[in-house]
Amino acid sequence: MNSAVDPTFNISSSVSAKPDALQAPTKIKVEKLDFYYGQNHALKNINFEIPEKRVTAMIGPSGCGKSTLLRVFNRMYDLYPGQRAEGGVMFDGVNIVGKELDPTVVRTRIGMVFQKPTPFPMSIYDNIAFGVRLHENLNKAKMDERVESCLRKAAIWEETKDRLHTSALGMSGGQQQRLCIARTIAVQPEVILLDEPTSALDPISTSKIEDLIDELKQDFTIVIVTHNMQQAARCADITAFFYLGELVEVAPSDVIFTNPKQIKTRDYITGRFG
Amino acid sequence: MSLAIRRTKDHAVKVVSTAFAGIALFLLAWILFTLVMKGLPALGLNVFTKITLPPGHEGGLLNAIVGSLIQIGIAMVIGTPIGLLAGTFLAENGKTTKVGHIARFVNDILLSAPSILVGLFVYAFLVNPFGGFSGWAGAVALAILVIPVIVRTTEDMLNLVPIGLREAAYALGAPQWKVVMMVTWRAARAGIMTGVLLSIARAAGETAPLLFTSLGNNSWSTDLSAPMASLPIAIYQYAGSPFDDWVALAWAGALLITVSVLLLNIVSRLFLARAG
Repeated sequence: MNSAVDPTFNISSSVSAKPDALQAPTKIKVEKLDFYYGQNHALKNINFEIPEKRVTAMIGPSGCGKSTLLRVFNRMYDLYPGQRAEGGVMFDGVNIVGKELDPTVVRTRIGMVFQKPTPFPMSIYDNIAFGVRLHENLNKAKMDERVESCLRKAAIWEETKDRLHTSALGMSGGQQQRLCIARTIAVQPEVILLDEPTSALDPISTSKIEDLIDELKQDFTIVIVTHNMQQAARCADITAFFYLGELVEVAPSDVIFTNPKQIKTRDYITGRFG
Repeated sequence: MSLAIRRTKDHAVKVVSTAFAGIALFLLAWILFTLVMKGLPALGLNVFTKITLPPGHEGGLLNAIVGSLIQIGIAMVIGTPIGLLAGTFLAENGKTTKVGHIARFVNDILLSAPSILVGLFVYAFLVNPFGGFSGWAGAVALAILVIPVIVRTTEDMLNLVPIGLREAAYALGAPQWKVVMMVTWRAARAGIMTGVLLSIARAAGETAPLLFTSLGNNSWSTDLSAPMASLPIAIYQYAGSPFDDWVALAWAGALLITVSVLLLNIVSRLFLARAG
């Protein structure tokens, strides 16, 4: 059924290299999705499947709709009047774009990390505990445990364990971004959306985050929007290329970066435009 | 235009603007100097321990100081939550709505409304119908004066909080009220606090709205349903009197208010600097 939507998907799946990328069950299924900013038709008839516990990258030139699609997955667009989505984004059999679903429930199960690090103006500990307290009532020992395990998973425990109760605003940009990832993990979502998570960071912090993404896909389904094609090639099992609000091509990353089916994709990854 | 002429013009503008800045500063310094020269000698222990007494009896300003503190305190208790919540509504929900536009417009008018108008309004609604001047009426008049200041600073400060911080909180599944109370307010707390402190400074110096409301009282009274003394009114009464000791007390009161307002401004700057 997928081939009807996107022929390249099946063709590329036979090309191997990372064959397991496509054998994973589908976590999010986008069906005939349209998105509007007021009159502006920003996403046009998107059909797309995101495999479970894999890293899916969305690439494309600015304004192509990749960030818009990411913000549909956790209903972030709901905060702004005039933005609306039509169609289906099936998540465990439920359409998360449907009006009847409470967006806070969606956001609990599908977390998001943003381009700029956004630590809350509170201690490192409370940054993590804030999200947990929204959904669970843990005693102090359990909360301490949760905070530690999330900071460990986000590879930032060693740097923070002696200053948990100091302000998170005093950390470096790269540390702040890893704290934001830890904070997202703490709510125990199933999917983590990353919106250009390293574009504001230096190369060393970037490589730390990329290593982290590799670790995290053991437990989480990851969708990353990036302007950096090397990053997509390094981190992602599957890469989707968007252009002018349309999904041009989606395939395993090694295929899309070595042997893309569409001329547009080839032109973009070879730097002819974008 | 030749370079020489441009240089001369540049120089002339610099000299003129520096001169006028000097004049403005000189006036301010003159006022402060006069205030300290006349106020400081009169600022004895009596000012803080004795109430206003007839001329020649070595009175103080205790009742006026306490009256001012009570009325400002109540005004802040009434005005802070209203101003804070209204400002929050304007920044978080009322950006584009019609109610928001109207509320913001009305608030701006209130912000620049002559304070005597507020006094007259409270006179018509709280003094006349309830049988006389009272501390309550004075406190309400001051509250109406501080509300627009707090609304405006709260809205401005919340608008400075990056949208990304709100989105990050929403992305964890937080409902709006928790985002506002635990993240947005917290991020803007220094600025909001500054607005509250500056509004106290504004209320502390107001005379006109108290003339029609709490009236002033030359004896000791903490009864809010009776006329109540306040520093600005005491200054107003004393400064115009023919008695030297009363005039001296008026200067002491003026110095007291000025120093308090100055301290409030310094404290609010410290708040902002610490948050910066």
